[in-house]
This record gives sequence, structure tokens and C-alpha cells, in this order.
Amino acid sequence: MDWLKLFRGEQKKGSASLAKERLQVIVAHQRHVGQDHPDYFPKLQKDLLRVIRKYVQVNDDAVNIGIERDGEYEVLELNITLPEGK
Amino acid sequence: MAKIIVVTSGKGGVGKTTTSASFATGLAMRGHKTVVIDFDVGLRNLDLIMGCERRVVFDFVNVISKESNLKQALIKDKRIDNLYVLAASQTRDKDALTQAGVGRVLEELSEDFDYIVCDSPAGIEKGALMAMYFADEAIVVTNPEVSSVRDSDRVLGILSSKTRRAEKGEMVKEHLILTRYVPERVEQGEMLSVDDVCEILAIPLLGVVPESTDVLNASNSGLPVILQDESKAGMAYNDLIDRYLGEDVPHRFVQAEKKGFLNRLMGK
Repeated sequence: MDWLKLFRGEQKKGSASLAKERLQVIVAHQRHVGQDHPDYFPKLQKDLLRVIRKYVQVNDDAVNIGIERDGEYEVLELNITLPEGK
Repeated sequence: MAKIIVVTSGKGGVGKTTTSASFATGLAMRGHKTVVIDFDVGLRNLDLIMGCERRVVFDFVNVISKESNLKQALIKDKRIDNLYVLAASQTRDKDALTQAGVGRVLEELSEDFDYIVCDSPAGIEKGALMAMYFADEAIVVTNPEVSSVRDSDRVLGILSSKTRRAEKGEMVKEHLILTRYVPERVEQGEMLSVDDVCEILAIPLLGVVPESTDVLNASNSGLPVILQDESKAGMAYNDLIDRYLGEDVPHRFVQAEKKGFLNRLMGK
């Protein structure tokens, strides 16, 4: 087996590079979303959803909120995806 | 004033208790008065790794609830001077650890010790949060494996937001210990390398402990692996203690051993 590989000059590409790529994505996301959101975030999200639904029918995951740090400021970022064609 | 060091990881089974035991033993061997505390209430194991399980009378929770004093609960190591163990309770649940209670015990220990090593339970629940809360420094134990690295990153987030130091706007000093490292597999591209993990977690590397059968032997016999002079894992822990104390020690055991001519011919 090893001999065959040797003759064919086959170099198996390891899975470690794949692991690294996947981790870099996860970690970047994890840090972006952050675990230090204020406790009221889930509730805020729910309330916003309720208000928006008075006017437009949107899915549960249509409202996305996050906190962005910009120097000394913290910016509350709110993303609402409206359904198409409305 | 003692320095409080938490040994944490998020993921279970990566070597927190092994590291806590060897790290505390190493500090004590170099003359620093050290206590190692098991925060895994309900599932204590540090006493087994330290080989003092039959000498536990009172535990951490007893001291917190004032059923015993510290002097009664501290177990003095029989082999190493300056080394003490505070066992976790076997019966109570993690709610027994109150922030005020843990703080009071750590403060009392601070008067008498140079180092307090807190062996965190796995997970990010109460026991783990309590082990982290009062820490001045953190040792993050990670395996070169995706789930472990991800959990370590989560834990780093908590260290920078949910600790006493974070609340005061200060940093918890972080150290990475990479355990169960197999240089041969890294060379084959099958395992994340030290550099990969350092790049992802972005904290200073304190040491790399190679995968070793000696770790199981050590826990079988209740003797921290750092005390096994012949063992590579033991040597790696000794190196990282020296490094922690400010010596400039090169990293060993991160390169695959060179194969002999015959092996190269037969293998790859």
C-alpha cells in the first residue's frame, strides 16, 4: 500500500487544512455574534418581530440584531429582511 | 497575595485536571506555596489524579458553607512540600458554589499561598463560571481538534466578559496549552498544527504536551505526570512551568521524530 503510493507519487491531502478553514469561519462568526449581548436581546427581537408583523408578514428569522463596536461607540445593528414582492 | 489561575477549556476530556495537577505540582516543586482546587462539584476527580482520594474528609463546599474551616479541608501533598489540594464535594450540586462563598475562600487562601490553581469543570455552567470569575490568569487547555478549539474560543469570550477582571475593565492573562499533540499526524496533514491553533485562538502559547501513554499510567497510579521524569508529557509540563516562571525554554516535542533509514524504507 505504502509502496504503491510511493511509486505513484501520490501525496494525500490531509484533513487538517479543512479543519483549519472550518474553524476560521466558525470563530469569526462566534466573535461577531459575541456572547456578551445584553440579556434583553431575545426579548427585543421578539417584540420587534411582533411590531413588524402588524404591517408585514415575516418569518421568525427575518429580524437580526447585533452590536457592533466602533471605537468608543456601540452601535445597535438591526437587519430586517422583508419578503419579496412587497 | 496569591495569583489565581484557572485551568479551563470548555470541552471535556482534553486534559484540564491532568494539567491542573501537573501545573500545581510543578509550581510547588519550584518552591511556590500552591493550592489546587477542584471546582467540579458533584464529579470530583482531582483527588484521584493527585493520589489523595482516601484522605478527603472535608471539601470545598464544606468550607464555603462553613461546615469546616480551611485548615481541616486542605490536604497536604505527601510527596511535594508547599502543595495542597482542596477537593470538590461528591454529593452536592453546583449551586453550592456561590460567588460570595467562593470569593471568601479564595481571599482567605490568598493570604497564605503564592498560587491558587482552579481546576474548572467542563462546560460553561455555574461551576465553570465560578472557577473563572476570580481568575487573574487563565490556562486554556486545547486539543488539536475542531470541537476543542471552538470551545476554547467560546471560553476566551467568557474570560473577557464575565470575570471579575473584565468587570473592572482589566484583562485576564491568557495562556494556551495544547495537549495530546501528535507531531507525526501533523506532518501527515491529519492534525491541526501548533501554528494553526495559535493562529485561530490568537493567545500566547505556554506549552505543547505530546500525546503519551504516560498520562494514563499517571492517573492510574495517582501521580501527576510531571513527576515522571522519563515521560515526554512530564518533560513538557516541566518545560512549561519554567516558561511560565519566566525562563526562555524552547518548545520540544513539536516536530516528528526522524525515522531511521530502515523505517523510512519500509514506511513512507
